[in-house]
Amino acid sequence: MLGYIKLAVLGLAVVVAAVATGLARDLSYQIHALIFMVSAAIAFFWLIRRVGEPAPVVDPNTYMDGPVRFGVIATAFWGVVGFLVGVVIAFQLAFPYLNFEWAQGFMNFGRLRPLHTSAVIFAFGGNALIATAFYVVQRTSAARLWGGSLAWFVFWGYQVFILLAATGYVTGSTQGNEYAEPEWLADLWLTIVWVAFLIIYMGTLIKRREPHIYVANWFYLAFIVTVAMLHLINNVQIPVSFLGSTSIPVWSGVQSAMIQWWYGHNAVGFFLTAGFLGMMYYFIPKQAERPVYSYKLSIMHFWALIFLYIWAGPHHLHYTALPDWAQTLGMTFSIMLWMPSWGGMINGLMTLSGAWDKLRTDPIIRMMVVAVGFYGMATFEGPMMSIKAVNSLSHYTDWTIGHVHSGALGWNGMITFGALYYLVPKLWQREGLYSLRLVSWHFWLATIGIVLYAASMWVTGIMEGLMWREVDAQGFLVNSFADTVAAKFPMYVVRGLGGTLFLTGAIIMCYNLWKTVTSTAERKPAGVGSAVPAE
Amino acid sequence: METYSLLRAFADSWHLLFMFVFFIGVFVYILRPGSKKVHRDTANMIFRNDDKPAAPDNRQRQARHADLREAK
Repeated sequence: MLGYIKLAVLGLAVVVAAVATGLARDLSYQIHALIFMVSAAIAFFWLIRRVGEPAPVVDPNTYMDGPVRFGVIATAFWGVVGFLVGVVIAFQLAFPYLNFEWAQGFMNFGRLRPLHTSAVIFAFGGNALIATAFYVVQRTSAARLWGGSLAWFVFWGYQVFILLAATGYVTGSTQGNEYAEPEWLADLWLTIVWVAFLIIYMGTLIKRREPHIYVANWFYLAFIVTVAMLHLINNVQIPVSFLGSTSIPVWSGVQSAMIQWWYGHNAVGFFLTAGFLGMMYYFIPKQAERPVYSYKLSIMHFWALIFLYIWAGPHHLHYTALPDWAQTLGMTFSIMLWMPSWGGMINGLMTLSGAWDKLRTDPIIRMMVVAVGFYGMATFEGPMMSIKAVNSLSHYTDWTIGHVHSGALGWNGMITFGALYYLVPKLWQREGLYSLRLVSWHFWLATIGIVLYAASMWVTGIMEGLMWREVDAQGFLVNSFADTVAAKFPMYVVRGLGGTLFLTGAIIMCYNLWKTVTSTAERKPAGVGSAVPAE
Repeated sequence: METYSLLRAFADSWHLLFMFVFFIGVFVYILRPGSKKVHRDTANMIFRNDDKPAAPDNRQRQARHADLREAK
């Protein structure tokens, strides 16, 4: 019965999307309607070919790892795409003629920049978070994922959202809010997918077969719930037409700015921090084969982080029309964040106490430790930059870009790579990775890439901040904006090279993971072969 | 009183107090006597059930084990 309802809904969706494609008022909307039509049609045919077949028997005493495997592949794929677009736009900034005349309007810097940020944050990071969340919640609940094929809906629905967002950016559909660019149609679709994600997660936790909820799950849950809240509030928009992609925001003026940066900073705090801390608290203890250094500290880390982070957003609006008290509040809470962040970093690093030798022998642990190191560095730099006096120099300069990338490449990227190296042999029942040497190559390429990136952005950021405020004896500004652009050229080239190294490392990882699945020995089930009875 | 002033006054008095007390309460609860055993057990839980889910009555059994350990 449920199968027929699904078919009816999908069939209706195909027809509605086809009509919308025909009546579309702009190109972005037309492409989006087409994506909906094709996705619904694929799902329709996939289902209808299975009508009348007996329902597949699901053993509740196994874990549901299918969506996790697909999520791992999607993470690696979108990672390479996102890094590649990043390298392209880095060189577009250094060499403006790479904004080709024939590609104006869809491949110039302004169109590719949101494509890069969303591809790395939401496609690479988001897929990594969904896949690891599904993996971790099952292992720590000792129960199969709740909701059956709903997990497949979340995986494929999220890929559809990524396609909607990406095609929208390239064809010029944007709300103009940083990290919240997708327009109303994509926003609504993401809401549906996200609620399904939350329900699966909660359902699995509720039917868990362990008395306690492991701390990683708290971080994942905070990430899912808070992102849902941020997404809903920052995207209150009224569509101009149901057949067009544009919409009108309800918030206006400084309220709009405050809501945007409340969203923006908590996207960093809960998407890129809380979610990835969930990864840290599971994968580092597993890879190090010892429990987390202090479980008490990890719970304190959680509560302090979520209590403080949510107030830090106003530091993005220093010296603007935002009331002064709100700016000071944002700055104060940002500085207080030092404590939980460093507590968490120490907890992650000290998990290795007594096993520091693993740093020499295990390149995956090395990757995870460097990730935690960058977490500590970025969460030191961030509060420092939120201090008004520092912000007056750093804001609007490349220092901000460098800060974001030491967090994103160093912390989010490295911990994700570590998790992928851990997961692939587990998920495909392999004895181990294809090559640890290649992991080492990836590690060094990525680390050197990040160092080049961050160092060049510090230099160029502080340089342009100082150039902007330089005045002569009469009080006139010394430099024009174009002077700073010219002075930044060498650092921009170094940044592009750093990005290229990071991208190369990621491609090596993909090759290594591919070979792990295809050409290493299968892991023997525990107990078989290891204990031969004496005859 | 207009709604804004009312909410504003509530937010920076009673609600602020509530959040502060809740926050301190969480820390007190984490450090409560007897939490050490629970935390040690939970921290080691990730090393179980790696390949397949636990038996359906595992939750009650684990809880009972913890009680027994406490009784000793």
